[in-house]
Amino acid sequence: MSPSGNTPLPRAGRALPRAGSALPWALVTPALGWTLLFFVLPFIAMGFSSLTAHEGGGFTASNYSQFFTNPSYWQAMVNSLQVTAIVTVISVLLAYPFAWILAEQVPERWQRLALMLAVLPFWTSYVVRSYSWLLVLAQNGVINRALTGSGLFAEPVQLANTRFATVTGFVHFFVMLLTLTIFANLKQLSPSYRKAAADLGAGPVRTFLHVVLPLTLPGIMVGAFLTFVLCIGDYITPQILGGNNELLMPQLVMMQIGRRGDFPLASALSIILMAVVTIAYLACARWLKIERA
Amino acid sequence: MSAPLVDISSVSHRFGQHTVLKDVSLKIEPGSYTILLGPSGSGKTTLLSILGGFVTPSEGKVFIRGEDCTSVPPAKRPTTTVFQDYALFPHMSVGANVGFGLRMQGVDGATRAAKAREALALVGLAAAFDKKPHQLSGGQRQRVALARALVIEPAVLLLDEPLGALDLKLRRQMQDELKAIQKRVGTAFIHVTHDQEEAMALADHCVVMNDGRIEDEGPPERVYARPATRFSATFMGESTILAGTVTEATDRTSTVATPVGAVSLPGALPVGSAVALAIRPEHLVLGTAAGGVRLGTAGVSDVVFQGSFKRVLAASIEDPSVQFIAKLPATATVQPGDTVAISCDTDRIILLAD
Amino acid sequence: MRQLVRIASWLYALAVYAFIFLPVVVLVLFSLQATSFPIPPFTGPSLRWYDAVLSDVRLTSALVNSLLVAFISSLAAVTLGFLSAWGFARFVLPGSGLLRGLITLPLTVSYLIIGMGLLVLFNWAGVPKSLLAAGIGHVVINLPLCFAIIYSQMGDHQINIERAARDLGAPEWKVLLLITVPVMAPAIFAGFFLSMTFSWDEFVISFLLTRFDTTLPVEIWNLLRSGLNPKTNAVGSLVFAVSIVLVVFFELTLLRRKPA
Repeated sequence: MSPSGNTPLPRAGRALPRAGSALPWALVTPALGWTLLFFVLPFIAMGFSSLTAHEGGGFTASNYSQFFTNPSYWQAMVNSLQVTAIVTVISVLLAYPFAWILAEQVPERWQRLALMLAVLPFWTSYVVRSYSWLLVLAQNGVINRALTGSGLFAEPVQLANTRFATVTGFVHFFVMLLTLTIFANLKQLSPSYRKAAADLGAGPVRTFLHVVLPLTLPGIMVGAFLTFVLCIGDYITPQILGGNNELLMPQLVMMQIGRRGDFPLASALSIILMAVVTIAYLACARWLKIERA
Repeated sequence: MSAPLVDISSVSHRFGQHTVLKDVSLKIEPGSYTILLGPSGSGKTTLLSILGGFVTPSEGKVFIRGEDCTSVPPAKRPTTTVFQDYALFPHMSVGANVGFGLRMQGVDGATRAAKAREALALVGLAAAFDKKPHQLSGGQRQRVALARALVIEPAVLLLDEPLGALDLKLRRQMQDELKAIQKRVGTAFIHVTHDQEEAMALADHCVVMNDGRIEDEGPPERVYARPATRFSATFMGESTILAGTVTEATDRTSTVATPVGAVSLPGALPVGSAVALAIRPEHLVLGTAAGGVRLGTAGVSDVVFQGSFKRVLAASIEDPSVQFIAKLPATATVQPGDTVAISCDTDRIILLAD
Repeated sequence: MRQLVRIASWLYALAVYAFIFLPVVVLVLFSLQATSFPIPPFTGPSLRWYDAVLSDVRLTSALVNSLLVAFISSLAAVTLGFLSAWGFARFVLPGSGLLRGLITLPLTVSYLIIGMGLLVLFNWAGVPKSLLAAGIGHVVINLPLCFAIIYSQMGDHQINIERAARDLGAPEWKVLLLITVPVMAPAIFAGFFLSMTFSWDEFVISFLLTRFDTTLPVEIWNLLRSGLNPKTNAVGSLVFAVSIVLVVFFELTLLRRKPA
């Protein structure tokens, strides 16, 4: 019963309490204050910290220059970007067909249940989810038992503490997340698009390629970007599953605090990590905008 | 004549750079049913918002019952509004919705319930007291909104396109009910719409608005029969418009040269002035009629059967830019492609001001 | 052809389900065996490790801490988020777009970086590590979420509903209590529920900002140091069970009630 087509009372009329009223500011100030005090200010503090020397204080840019000169730091960023890119691509490729099957092949009345099942492990604790992959991939875990037990392999394969394990743990999580967002996207498509395409003579494959895929692409981009941001900043999965054989950026940051208490270097590395995410955002902004239009 | 209930005096309003009301003045009598009629963007809804207190005008004053209400907030002025989307409180029962205004006035629960039931009975929904808004149909919600606004006995009831969300049949039915309810309660209603049929059916006083100005106002019969401006002649019903120049004038009559021939009209007009003539569709005659004014010949381009009548479009042979719109009986035998003579009774020609 | 697509779809879906459920099944299965390593072969059901978890004071107090932090920080986040959403949706404020952007900005920043910033700030200001500090961090991550959810639900229709209430004589505070909060209740509850889940599950901020008294994820993390441990399986399965119960409850109560 939305009154579309007619203009409702002008929106400017919402400025109800007249000019000079303190009410609007009283409403928004607590939230703004909280954000300034506990988000912006820490950021400024981190900025300052990143420019001070760990030993003896004093202004220095060495925390930043270290990142570019120390190959192991540089390597952590490369690792992070590689892992994140691999995870994002695999997750999208796995999730899209899955979401499509849930939305198109599963009968309507079972869809809700099928989707709920598909994201059920989403609700386990984040730490526990990574740990349970360790159980599966460990030297004496389920997979290695199956491999050696069946006689395919004589020796257990090194699965845990590898990049493969990190990627598997990440993909597990992001397939669920992307299935949710892509499913929602597919369901939002009006069925009349598909009917119109079929009516105009497109077969199922061409309908998918020319109508469904382009229309869901903005949603995929948003999901992929979300995956990128969450993945590159995550500490737990690489720490539990990848171990210390290959460091990713978040592990490097945490290491500075844990072992050496080097807050300035940790701050500098955090800021660099955030800068990379921001650059990625700006690069994707064009596609992400489509969603809003 | 008594003092007006509402007196809008030289009101202008701007949203940013955009001027939506330009020096509007309007008086509204107690107990009247006023319609603000106009296309979207004409300023009618803004004017209603100003009356309701949701918008404070950039310039001008609004008096209600003689008091300056220009910047009095909605809660404190003797108006209530029926919103276009009804704005019923979805979490409250129908009874609680209707009783809300009384609750805000501090009326006790028992009185509130009794008055709410009374108001619901007035709109024919006595049985809906305990229902939730989402259990009602569009027409029923509309009535609840009406009851909710009427129960606190406002001096003026403001209705913002109240029938806009209803389908055509229901709209016509609600239209009759609105009129009956207004007569029963005697409250002044001010009702915004872009539907001219609604306006003609309901209004005691019809205000035609366009581009932030009042083009014409008066009883709907007068506005229809003798529209003051070209806009109101085309918006309030259809008309054939003929542009012309006054070529001769005596004390009693003037002669106007139009693209389809000379037309003589009663009354003296300044020679050489440009005028516009309007003729309502039902007043055009196809074929020559005795005593009428000849308006040349025209080629019929379209005939649309509309049940009780046929709507005929024809282009003048003398000047193809002139479009005749005529309304003929359903039994008329005219066909597209026919060439017919057009004429009209002199009395039926409307002289427009511009 | 169509039949082939169907069969391929089924196989694919089953494979993905298997992938999704594999670790969870392994987790729960090996929490139920009595041996000291949660590894194959499965030796039969036992609740030994559940006993061990429930009698571990560190774990149970961490659980209580987690619930407390989640509840209180979510309450704070949803209150601040609601009030600001109301303010921005109803009133024309100078620089509104920019300020709204500021409130939602933390959504785009990793928890790790938010936690780091707070750690540096608190360290500099001399604020000790505590559950309160972690709670503050949880409000930072959940406030933008609550704000975004509630703000997106405050459309023109809601504005008209509030207008109607004012028009009928309600003062601002009654509009808020009698109309806005009840009408917005689903969005408010959704914001609160999501905040609870995120806070309940959050690790890195709690890890950085707490010391002795800590939250459940951090305590589970501590358990992990001892490698594969059936106690971790048991506590993980318990957390999973509790979450499932909550989700099902949420699904049945809130989502089903949508008026048709």
